Amino acid sequence: MIYENLPDARGHFGPYGGRFVAETLMEPLRELEAAYNMLKVDPAFRAELDKDLALYVGRPSPLYPAERLTRKWGGAQIFLKREDLNHTGAHKINNTVGQALLAKHLGKTRIIAETGAGQHGVASATIAARLGLKCVVYMGADDVERQSPNVYRMKLLGAEVIPVQSGTKTLKDALNEALRDWVTNVDDTFYVIGTVAGPHPYPMLVRDFNSVVGREVITQSQNQLGRLPDALVACVGGGSNAIGLFHPMIQYDEVKMYGVEAGGDGIETGRHAAPLSAGKPGVLHGNRTYVMADDNGQIIGTHSISAGLDYPGVGPEHAWLKDIGRVNYVSVTDDEALAAFHELTRVEGIIPALEPSHAIAYAKKLAPTMAKDQIIVVNLSGRGDKDIFTIAKREGISLL
Amino acid sequence: MSRITFALSDLRAKGRKALIPFITAGDPHPSHTVGLMHALVAGGADIIELGVPFSDPMADGPVIQLACERALIHNTSLWNCCAMVAEFRKTDSRTPVVLMGYLNPIETRGLDAFCTLAKDSGVDGVLIVDLAVEEAPEFAPKVRSFGLDLIFLLAPTSSDARIEAIAREASGYLYYVSLKGVTGSASLDIGSVTAKLGQIRRHTALPVAVGFGIRDAESAAKVGAVADGVVVGSALVSQIEKHQSTPEVLPDLLKSQLAQMRAALDALN
Ligand SMILES: Cc1ncc(COP(=O)(O)O)c(C=O)c1O
Repeated sequence: MIYENLPDARGHFGPYGGRFVAETLMEPLRELEAAYNMLKVDPAFRAELDKDLALYVGRPSPLYPAERLTRKWGGAQIFLKREDLNHTGAHKINNTVGQALLAKHLGKTRIIAETGAGQHGVASATIAARLGLKCVVYMGADDVERQSPNVYRMKLLGAEVIPVQSGTKTLKDALNEALRDWVTNVDDTFYVIGTVAGPHPYPMLVRDFNSVVGREVITQSQNQLGRLPDALVACVGGGSNAIGLFHPMIQYDEVKMYGVEAGGDGIETGRHAAPLSAGKPGVLHGNRTYVMADDNGQIIGTHSISAGLDYPGVGPEHAWLKDIGRVNYVSVTDDEALAAFHELTRVEGIIPALEPSHAIAYAKKLAPTMAKDQIIVVNLSGRGDKDIFTIAKREGISLL
Repeated sequence: MSRITFALSDLRAKGRKALIPFITAGDPHPSHTVGLMHALVAGGADIIELGVPFSDPMADGPVIQLACERALIHNTSLWNCCAMVAEFRKTDSRTPVVLMGYLNPIETRGLDAFCTLAKDSGVDGVLIVDLAVEEAPEFAPKVRSFGLDLIFLLAPTSSDARIEAIAREASGYLYYVSLKGVTGSASLDIGSVTAKLGQIRRHTALPVAVGFGIRDAESAAKVGAVADGVVVGSALVSQIEKHQSTPEVLPDLLKSQLAQMRAALDALN
């Protein structure tokens, strides 16, 4: 199938995406889009970005053959894309490096970010420290609690972390608060959004900056295996690590794709964070996409063991890919993700973050249904250091 | 001629300025809203903007966020808001009412169903904060086809091209957001407001109301001197917040608060 080059000029992916924000932000968004469209084809900008990705982030990240896991699961061969080995420990830095360069070129002196698990906040604080920019990070008060190591990390890096007390006190409320800051300080401030959500051009530019992951997988699988993988698996919160892996391979129909949402206590309980699996189209945070809302259109609280997936919306490109059937969206529960966390840790000596533990858990179901000569690439989007307190607490272990 | 256009042309003919209060429906409790609307009229309101509560009011400051939370505790829905307007209409057929809110509650119920109910309930206009004119190609004609006015925001950042595009789709009036920020911000710069109003009026003959940063008689008079109308929201909603546990005092309080602004505006001519 031939896929259109989306988004279109208005930032739409089919019926999704677009720009649903108050009037004050419309012109700044148009300016950002124009600047990005100019810079992305500017050889000097590209060279600067590539240099940062190689020498600061540490790219390319390995495509690791998880041989013991493969033998244990008894099916397709499992390869892990090691985004956990990036500087700051997750894929999020691919995007923040890119957006911070944009901020610099636009002459902005202050960056703001929202964060759930704290990974995007840490990545933003990191790049702000390196470029000498002022950095403010909004984080739901509940997330500040459950991701305290990352809060401290951000402070060490010189960022101001503002706990958000409104609404459900999680990622969605942090995003609201960041948008309020941006509308107030739009003259000197660049809003570094951490996932493929928000108003156009954010879903496009965050995707583009993360697509380095999928491009590397194409090269690495050609070199290491002589062909493309048969299946890609990635967790989906807002959807940035997933789209980064998927996007460069969208036109290869033989590559199956699986986006794994947070099933929380189980989809049937209503306590989950899986808008693509159980939500409906709506408008949230500046774009039209699948959202979790009640019959009156109010956004409802989500639940996931993983703060980074605890979000009631999802990037609009995923909504589109779901509707056209190009990507399969599935979910796994907290318990399944936790079991996968332990299994990967013990079998391969890699401690994953709770977010990609969802992808691992789904790969475990998928692998035995495939032949032994087939290949699954799982995006290991981040490492689990930040989560050890959450896991210990859940398992009744005191670390202090 | 719509009720809004009629009211505003009448004011213009008399050389008077429109006073447009905003409260959130269902705050502090759904049973108080209609009474508060009548109190606003008694205090001198020319048009009422009734906020439809939303879980994620990203363009609002803390005061209106909390008002939404109070209203949502009692599950105040878009449908309830229309019912309140219908109730208000039983004794007031003159004062225009504009529903102001975010897109998702409307989309969830469906645009046709919403427009039908709004019109039948006596709603006159709709202002959707997160509906930019670019995203309104189907929405705007639909709303107009029901005889509802679609009110749009303009901002300090709006370019000439945007002002023109917005003025083409808007009817009733335009709402100029006086500052870069969220509702409830305090820094009103009358010089820049005056300049921007000049720019806006080069593109449209629609009346322009100014909101954000108007909190008392003094700021109302300053803005009234240059705009066709003033919108006051957070200053009223803070009173509701303060007296939420003794809501029986609210009608008189809001009425006298508004009456001071009315007097200041009327003193302009
Ligand atoms: C390691 C990791 N993976 C995944 C996510 C989810 O975000 P996204 O769906 O945008 O990749 C997060 C978010 O914090 C994360 O920290």
